[in-house]
Parts: sequence; structure tokens; C-alpha cells
Amino acid sequence: MTLLSAQNLTVHLGQVPVLENVSLHLSEGEIVTIVGPNGSGKSTLLRTLIGALVPEKGRVTRVPGLRIGYVPQRLHIDASLPITVRRFLDLTHRVSDADAQDALQAAGLGSLDKQQMATLSGGQFQRVLLARALLEKPHVLMLDEPTQGLDQPGSASFYRQIEAVRQDIGCAILMVSHELHVVMSASDRVICLNGHICCEGTPDVVSAAPAYRELFGTGTGGALALYRHDHDHAHDHDHTHEG
Amino acid sequence: MLDDFLVRAALASVGTAVGAGALGCFVVWRRMAYFGDAMAHAAILGVAISLGFSLSIYIGVSVIAVAVALLFLGLTGRGHSADATLGVIAHGGLALGIVAVAMMPGQRLSLESYLFGSVLTVSPTDVMVIWAGAAGIVTVLWYRWAALLMTTLSPDLAHASGFHPRREELVLTLLLALVVAVAIKVVGALLITALLIVPASAARMLVRTPEAMAVVSVVIGCVAALVGLRMAMTFDTPVGPTMVCVAVGCFACITLLRGMRRA
Repeated sequence: MTLLSAQNLTVHLGQVPVLENVSLHLSEGEIVTIVGPNGSGKSTLLRTLIGALVPEKGRVTRVPGLRIGYVPQRLHIDASLPITVRRFLDLTHRVSDADAQDALQAAGLGSLDKQQMATLSGGQFQRVLLARALLEKPHVLMLDEPTQGLDQPGSASFYRQIEAVRQDIGCAILMVSHELHVVMSASDRVICLNGHICCEGTPDVVSAAPAYRELFGTGTGGALALYRHDHDHAHDHDHTHEG
Repeated sequence: MLDDFLVRAALASVGTAVGAGALGCFVVWRRMAYFGDAMAHAAILGVAISLGFSLSIYIGVSVIAVAVALLFLGLTGRGHSADATLGVIAHGGLALGIVAVAMMPGQRLSLESYLFGSVLTVSPTDVMVIWAGAAGIVTVLWYRWAALLMTTLSPDLAHASGFHPRREELVLTLLLALVVAVAIKVVGALLITALLIVPASAARMLVRTPEAMAVVSVVIGCVAALVGLRMAMTFDTPVGPTMVCVAVGCFACITLLRGMRRA
């Protein structure tokens, strides 16, 4: 069943067109990853899907009663606002202590109920955001570059957590990322975005697509596109891979 | 009971402290202090309009406070910076209001009472209007608390959870206009923002959750109102500014005590 779909979205930020003619759909239990360079409109797309931005053209359709668990790229909490982790988990509606504890555990955290949000480390903070999103009992979990600011082991373990969550509660996951090599292996579908949809399909199809290679192959000297695929195609020059 | 002017003054002050103390938390969290200032200062223009057309002060002040909010949204939407826009509105409204009142025969004295407050002259009707306003503010905050708090933390999170952050922001703006209308007779236009900011900022140092901050802020506001009124009687000082002095005193004591405990 399709939970969420967008038809021919055109979105402007101010006068600047950021997205043009973007269509996508998300089915139950799917993991879909949106990849694209900086400024390609990934966050804008997610924010349009949750209703924070109104598209110039096109429309977003959600099945009635769809619950979305949204994990933003970053969340700044003003120093003047005191809030404990426990209270933060109660934001949308009050949850029982047991549920709160379960959500923290599912997000890979111990009990830091009484800690102020402001004192958490970057990784802990993102996991609390994940725990809060899980407490919405979401049909769709949306994550906007959730591992920004985490080091590589940190983001790898964050993604493992998300796969575990998907297996546990079976929600669909729509994720934005630039860490292609980590994300792609877990995705059912990858959408390559650069203002418009360049290409989409299974990770293998996308990584072989010329549009994808063009986007990630140039400027990085091929480093990003090659990272995962350095064994599935032949190079036309001679060198040895290290490591 | 309402026959005694001191009882009326105490009731009016406490009512104002309750409304301002609770809403003040949002003003602090959202950094709207200067916005509140602009509304309060421009309210003098509302006073002038009310005196000119023999309207209730509460109507003139509320209308101007809402007009300030709309004007602000309109101007910042056209690319003016928020800071400068608020400065223009605040001082433009204040100056225009003072000039307008000065041109009305026999009203110069009443102007001062709206700039600095005159809680000792509130009527039983004033007390009822103030308490109705305070009750309205607390009721709206109570029922919309989750939506308002989430909007303050992150409009995107609020959207994703099915709230309407733009509507909640409008609610906060209207409540702020209501506080200005309620407080202008008690502390006067120049010090209204102090009742919003000072108790909430003092409360911030003592609490761990947003709800506790609202409650403690109301308590500190009420203490400042009653102690301030008492001290104003003893030392024969203007009531509104004395209340603000007590509130600032609370803020200073809490800051010092916390500093000593940490040292």
C-alpha cells in the first residue's frame, strides 16, 4: 500500500526554484534513501512532505491518519528553555515511563531521563530525537541527514540502529543522506536528487546510472561514486587500491 | 472588599503578574522581548486614540497592539530587518502617541499614568477586566501548551506531528497583545516587558522543565507584585517601577545564590 506520495512537486524558497517536477511514492515497510549534493533540495523535499512548506505546483498525498516520525537535521534548543530528556519524549503527547524507556532503548540509549537536553552529546541528542520520533508510533520514519556531525563509527552505529528499528516496528523509512556507501546497502530504493530526480531504482541500478556517476563522479575525482563500486567495473587506467 | 483601593491595587497587580508570568516564558524562549517592547510602547498610541474617541482604554490598546503585530509581519515580509522594524514601530508609536495626547486639552496628566502605570487608581471594572484577561491567557496556554511548546522548539517537528505552527505563533502574538492591554494600567507601557522577562528569567535558574518554569515565573511575579505594592506604600514610590525593582531583586538574589553554591 502506498502511504505517501508526491506528484509533480515544484517548490520555491523565496524566488528561487529548489525543486522542479519531483514525484515519488513510499510504500509500507520500504526504506527509501534520497541522495544528492548540497543544495540539491533534499531537506526541502522532506519539509514539503511533512507540510512545513507549501509547493508552488503539485501535491502531496498521505493516507488518512498517517503518523510521521520526523528526525530533523539538527534541532537548536534555546538555552533559556529548560527541558529534560524525559519531558522531551512527552512533547506530542504524554507517554508512560515504560514506553519512554523502551523508546530510549530502541534508539540505543541507556536511561538519561533526568538529563537536560542541552547537556547531551551530538550522538546522544540525535538518538533522543529518534526515540521521540519512535514514540509517535510512526507509519513513516523520516530522517534528514541524521548523522550529520557524528564521526564515522558513530554514524555507522546510528544506521545499524535504524535498521534494527525497521525490523522491530516495520515502519517505512524515508531518509536523506550524503553518506552513500553506508546508506545504500540498507535501502530498497535510492532516489538521486539534484533539483529534479536524476535517477532512481535499487541501489545497484542507481549506482550504475550515468546521471548518478556524473553527479557524484565529478568534483570528487570519482571518490564518492567509487567508494562502494570499485570492484564492479573496470578502470581504464592502471593503479592499485590501498586499504 | 473592592471598595478599598489597596485591595483593588493588589488584585490588579496579582492578576497582571499571573498573565505576564506565564506568557513571559514564551517571550523568553522565543526571544520576543523587543517585540513585546514594541507592542507596549506603541500602546501609548492606543491610549491616545482611546482618549480622543472616548473609547475604553482596553479596546484602543488591544487594537493598536494587534496592528503592531500585523505591521511588523508586513514590513519584515518586505525585507526590512526585524530589529530595525521593531525600533521604528516602538518609537514611532510612542512618539506619535505622546504628541497626540499633548494636543488634547486637559489630558497631559493622564499620559503619565499610562507611561508609568497607576495601579492605585484602578476601578472595580478594571480589576475585573484584568482578571478576565489573565484568566483568558492562562486558559489558552493550558489548552494549547503542547502545540505552543512544540512550535517553539521546532516548527518542523510540530508540522510533522500534525500541529499548525503558524496558527500557534498567531495565538502567541494575540496573547501578547492581551497582556499589554491588561498590564498598561498596572505597570505602564514603559515597563510591561519587564513583567514578561524578569520573572521568567529568574525562574529559569531554578527549574528543569518548561512547566516548572511557567509556575515559578508566576510565583515570582506575584511576590514581586505584592512586595512591590507594600514597599511603594512604605517608601511612597511609584508602584509599577517598585514592583519591577523587586522582581529584578529576585533575579539578582537567585543569580548570586547559584553562583555561591557553585563556587
